[in-house]
Amino acid sequence: MSLLEIRNLHAKVGQHEILKGINLTVNAGEVHSIMGPNGSGKSTLAQVLARRESYDITEGQILFQGKDLLAMKPEEAACEGVFMAFQYPVEIPGITNAYFLRSALNAVRKYRGLDEMDAVDFIPLLREKAALLEMDDKLMNRSVNESFSGGEKKRNEILQMAVLEPKLAILDETDSGLDIDAMRIVARGVNAMRGPERAMILVTHYQRLLNYIVPDRVHVLMEGRIVSSGGPELARELEEKGYGSREPVTRGAVPA
Amino acid sequence: MSATAGIRESRASDRYLGLFSQFNASAPGNDLAWLRKLREDAFVRFSEAGFPSTRDEDWRFTNLAPLVRTDFQRASESQRLPDAARIAALEIPKAACQLVFINGRFAPELSRKENVPAGIRVRSLASQIGHNPEALEPHLGGYLDTGRDPFAALNTAFLEDGAYIHIRKGAVIEAPISLLYISLGDGAPVMSHPRNLIVAEESSQATIVEDYVSLDGAIAFCNAATELVVGDGAVVSHYRLERESAAAFHISTLRVQQGAAANVSSHSILLGGALVRNNVNPVLAGDGAECLINGLFIGAGHQHLDNYMLVEHRRPHCGSRQFYNGILDDQAHGVFHGRIIVRREAQKTDAKQTNRNLLLSDGAQIDTKPQLEIFADDVKCTHGATIGQIEENALFYLRSRGLDEAVARRLLLLAFASECVDRMHEGSARSFVAEIIQNRVFGMAQRSPSESPAGLSAAGRRNLGEAL
Repeated sequence: MSLLEIRNLHAKVGQHEILKGINLTVNAGEVHSIMGPNGSGKSTLAQVLARRESYDITEGQILFQGKDLLAMKPEEAACEGVFMAFQYPVEIPGITNAYFLRSALNAVRKYRGLDEMDAVDFIPLLREKAALLEMDDKLMNRSVNESFSGGEKKRNEILQMAVLEPKLAILDETDSGLDIDAMRIVARGVNAMRGPERAMILVTHYQRLLNYIVPDRVHVLMEGRIVSSGGPELARELEEKGYGSREPVTRGAVPA
Repeated sequence: MSATAGIRESRASDRYLGLFSQFNASAPGNDLAWLRKLREDAFVRFSEAGFPSTRDEDWRFTNLAPLVRTDFQRASESQRLPDAARIAALEIPKAACQLVFINGRFAPELSRKENVPAGIRVRSLASQIGHNPEALEPHLGGYLDTGRDPFAALNTAFLEDGAYIHIRKGAVIEAPISLLYISLGDGAPVMSHPRNLIVAEESSQATIVEDYVSLDGAIAFCNAATELVVGDGAVVSHYRLERESAAAFHISTLRVQQGAAANVSSHSILLGGALVRNNVNPVLAGDGAECLINGLFIGAGHQHLDNYMLVEHRRPHCGSRQFYNGILDDQAHGVFHGRIIVRREAQKTDAKQTNRNLLLSDGAQIDTKPQLEIFADDVKCTHGATIGQIEENALFYLRSRGLDEAVARRLLLLAFASECVDRMHEGSARSFVAEIIQNRVFGMAQRSPSESPAGLSAAGRRNLGEAL
């Protein structure tokens, strides 16, 4: 059974159809990249997977571990093992990063029938993961993302992923706004989480991140459809030739 | 004015005249000429003004008809006392002492005064009137404006008991002084007029907590007033916690008089009551004085919570900061009227006012109105208000990490309420209040946001100040 199966997914916002029939299969252990120009529907796809309710699903199905993902609320999807690293993480004054993460972890543990973790056990775990992402302890006692730089926010997303240990991680333009150092740190964190039980979808506009996190499969999303799929070399081709060079083509075709 | 309202008002007048005459005949200290005059003058002021109506600018958003038409009586002298166990449940851990008042009258049997530290005198006002009224005369009634506010006049007319606290020059009192005002049914609707006088001498420091609680759901009217006189360089934290029943009418006034370099923090937390009016009136009467006015009001059902600030800068180089947060659900109605007066001599005034409101339902309503009256020409005065709902992006973020909607909603409400707690000085008073606020927030109805494409219903948008 594949981890994620998207069949003929159509989604719209208001009257505007954004996803026009997405088909995608992701197996555990795989890292996929979805690339596309602005407005192609990349973020929409990521948000639909994370169960943002503002999108209208007009057709299609998504199976996550064989279960109907579209029937799940965001918190259910999260507890089942779906995690999205946001493109624009919000600041939440008044709730500390540490408290938030511990609450989230305990929600997931409770769902899986495990005991809740108290603060005493949680702090060392948090420290260990924070160190991997070169994040200061002090940041953990600040409110969620409060006054975090762009890079810190993105690293905080990966930190959350490291603590929650999802089965499917969707990284929505995690590389946008990152300098080389931050990119390296984020990539190290993400690569450390690759494994046979886990799958990842990297949603990205630029090819750069894929030098650090090498995907198994690359898909090109244009105007709400996946127009081609291939191996990592497809990403390099896009980088050289741009999205305009893509027409809906079969895999491996070389444009004129 | 309608004919019915007119008749209703004159009946109320007669009623209160009868009640006053009866009270005045045997009021504590009525043999003291100054005290008798204080009460009688106050009653004349009240009679002349009558209860305010919505045509009065200061009462524009608050309809007092239900209070005016209810036939309140003073509590009977021989009122039964509640169980000590019920009082124990309301104790502040590590308080220096606790005075308990039942329907405005001191209950020594339920109070604790063994550990009152040196440097502070804590007494029932009635007892002080009996034993040593000379200490009261220079201050009692010297600050509250009975001409401007009929409720202040009414409280003064019916001045009977409350707390008298005197902190000696230089005394630093770490543990909070706890004052607990309990409203208890008596058959008929009961009114009480607790009156407190707190005098903090030069360079003294203290924390005082006034906690207003109903022990049952009886209809009651508590009209409380506190005069807080803060000497030069003194530092006082004052808490007013209001958590009365859904049938309670609560009017409270905190009138602060600050000397040079005096520092006062006023924390008002309104959680209960059917109709509540919270007046906070600091006067910065000495150079370089500072005041923080920190408030939180949480309304649900049909609660009406009206916050009236009147900050008066009389001297130069003073600073005032008002931060009020409101959370309103169901059909609750909140009001924030923030007045700042800067007198001609008050150059280099630095005054700031912020009111933030969260509306949780289409029926919830907030009226927020800044009012700046500035007569000096070298001042800094800012004001702002925001009105919003629980942020959708924040809610989704929390849910996307596994927190269910109800839990996520509660967390965000708590974060909003915590803005108020974060302005309180660390200590047992803050911990006490923080826990009560948390319980109240967690007890709020869980529901999905009302669908409102424009973000706010028309009823939710009123008299917006400029957004900061």
